[in-house]
Amino acid sequence: MKTLIKNGHLVDPKNQIDGLMDVLIESTRIKKVAQSITEKAEIVIDAQGKIVCPGLIDVHVHLRLPGFEYKETIETGLRAALKGGFTGVCPMPNTNPIVDRRSDIEFLIGEARRVALGRIWPVGAVTLKEEGRELTEFGELKKGGAVALSDDGHPVSDSNILRRACEYSRKFDLVIMVHCQDEGLFCDGCMNEGFVSTRLGLPGIPVESESIEVARDIQLADLTGARLHFCHISSKKSLDLIREAKARGSRVTAETCPHYFHLTEEAVLHYNTNAKMNPPLRTEADVQAIKQSLKDGTIDIISTDHAPHTESEKEAEFDKAPFGIIGLETSLALSLTLVEEKVLSVSDLVMKMSVKPAEILRIDHGHLSEGAAADVTIFDPKLEWIVEKEKLESKSKNSPFLGWRMRGKATDVLVDGRILLKDGEILDK
Amino acid sequence: MTDDRRQEKLKAKARWTRKDLLSVEELSREEIELILTTAESFKEVSTRDVKKVPVLRGKTIANLFFEPSTRTRTSFEVAAKRLSADIINFSSTGSSTSKGESLADTAKNIEAMHVDTIVMRHSSSGSAEYLARCVKAGVINAGDGIHEHPTQGLLDIFTMREKKKSIKGLRVCLVGDILHSRVARSNIWGLKKLGARITLCGPPTLIPPGIEKLGVEVTYDLDSVIKDQDVLNILRIQLERQKGAFFPSIREYAAEYGISQERMLKAKKDVIVMHPGPINRGVELASEVADGPQSVILDQVTNGVAVRMAVLFHTTMAER
Repeated sequence: MKTLIKNGHLVDPKNQIDGLMDVLIESTRIKKVAQSITEKAEIVIDAQGKIVCPGLIDVHVHLRLPGFEYKETIETGLRAALKGGFTGVCPMPNTNPIVDRRSDIEFLIGEARRVALGRIWPVGAVTLKEEGRELTEFGELKKGGAVALSDDGHPVSDSNILRRACEYSRKFDLVIMVHCQDEGLFCDGCMNEGFVSTRLGLPGIPVESESIEVARDIQLADLTGARLHFCHISSKKSLDLIREAKARGSRVTAETCPHYFHLTEEAVLHYNTNAKMNPPLRTEADVQAIKQSLKDGTIDIISTDHAPHTESEKEAEFDKAPFGIIGLETSLALSLTLVEEKVLSVSDLVMKMSVKPAEILRIDHGHLSEGAAADVTIFDPKLEWIVEKEKLESKSKNSPFLGWRMRGKATDVLVDGRILLKDGEILDK
Repeated sequence: MTDDRRQEKLKAKARWTRKDLLSVEELSREEIELILTTAESFKEVSTRDVKKVPVLRGKTIANLFFEPSTRTRTSFEVAAKRLSADIINFSSTGSSTSKGESLADTAKNIEAMHVDTIVMRHSSSGSAEYLARCVKAGVINAGDGIHEHPTQGLLDIFTMREKKKSIKGLRVCLVGDILHSRVARSNIWGLKKLGARITLCGPPTLIPPGIEKLGVEVTYDLDSVIKDQDVLNILRIQLERQKGAFFPSIREYAAEYGISQERMLKAKKDVIVMHPGPINRGVELASEVADGPQSVILDQVTNGVAVRMAVLFHTTMAER
């Protein structure tokens, strides 16, 4: 079976394409990319006025399965991903139980296959139970399908354990995704430390809780030659360190999330628990530094850190509410504002949401070369919509962007040549 | 003046529209002055043979205390009774919260009994504002975490005004653990709005970040500022802070920041010494000073009832 995507503006940075181009798909693969393809196809998608790009990949999500199915499942998470234009996501292992064995990875992949709403590339834990003491079996995890390792949610506080993990990871060329947080400085903090935390009487988390660990982890990357990826970077201080390390040739990469370049700590005012996440929202100067770092390449990836929590969990005293917000369905629109502000070109954006994620995970995606897997995202960069709780696919609704007017939305998503999102609606089996 | 006339006068004066008192930060100067003026007229009630006015007759007020408190809870209870309201007490020990009930559910259950105003103390900053969003009843913040303790702030200001006539230009020094003090935050907001000059004094570990933005001076050295102060408001030091490495020992804290008789010799003759209680005698305050002529600590307690009567009156009578 053939599918033809016509009249779209194709952005495929890896193949240096940024212009009007048709894409022909046969079965699960890209057959041909050319101007004005006339070949007959059973399905024709008219992408006039839209951007066609390699499927978006989110390297950092929490799908909550197993253990927290009341917050999210593979199915609801992938539905949210599809709405957001993602063809694949990387679920973090901090579930219950922790994803620290090959069978856990295989379970997740099997579940995604059953659901058939997009791809998942699971991240395995670095240490057993994410306790920071004993290494997991990296080789087994990789054989099961893990594409990266992380104890996300916690740092690996013991520098020697992280050193060994870094060294051992080189055998498997697995990237270690580090959640940078100095536990001592973090203490019982629940928002950025500064004047706003003082005013609200909330225990603060200093920027240095993040940047001290970034500094340490850069040194460990240099010491071991391992590939380290910095999760959800929130502050200028950390970015200055990462920029300098990259200039020196350290094998480090970094991600940030849309909330860190759209919101500041002021979003916490009135104890808004949907503005509570870890790391916390910082200051305007940090927001500007993040935009600068997206522009200059210090930040490689825009991820979401999609972290679903139910309303009854978030409806609580601020210090008792859990950290985290959902992000899959708003990420593309929130990132497109960077194009409007001329921080990034559309091509840069596709780099950060598809090409770089695939590169860092060492998966053969993020491009639409002939013969490549037909994972395609089509979005209308001008489509306006409003974030409404009732319309979110995610099981949880904990977004600080509820009620926001957005511009830009995925209209069609194909995974392995199969249309899963059509005209903005999910096609159920 | 008869009680009926007093009530009319109070109603006429009221420009108060809030059913809640969540912080001093949210109050305007006029609202603060209204509370203080109302409290002045209520203060006399407590000196009568029959210590009661019928202004809140038929109203129900609930004390909802999730942290141990004797002074504040009792003060609210006395205030409510002197206004003829019915007051009921909930405390967290032995209640449903220890069985895992959420704050919102607890409050909604209380509200379902047609309570007009809930007075709450809770260990989480922002819990009062959160509660006010959950219920239609009025909410009075009786201390939320380290955020604010508005009635304490107002009664402190009431006492300062009573003793020093005017707040404008008054030099007030808050001494001790500013970081963890809801009393300090409420004092600062209120005193700033009324034009006082505020100095915060404590160990560097206990000064909250960015606090200078509120227009206060910060010093770590009590002896260098004590001579200029009209008011010393001494905060209670929580002994367990030592474990968080905020200071090395009670002994050293007392030596650097304790108000001893010797230190008092450096202060102005007419300085007043305040403390929200309960006092750690011999730590932040020497017994001789606490019980001495410059201490107004028991006046604060007396005034606390009057100020809380004013707050309960205005919030409970506000249009819903």
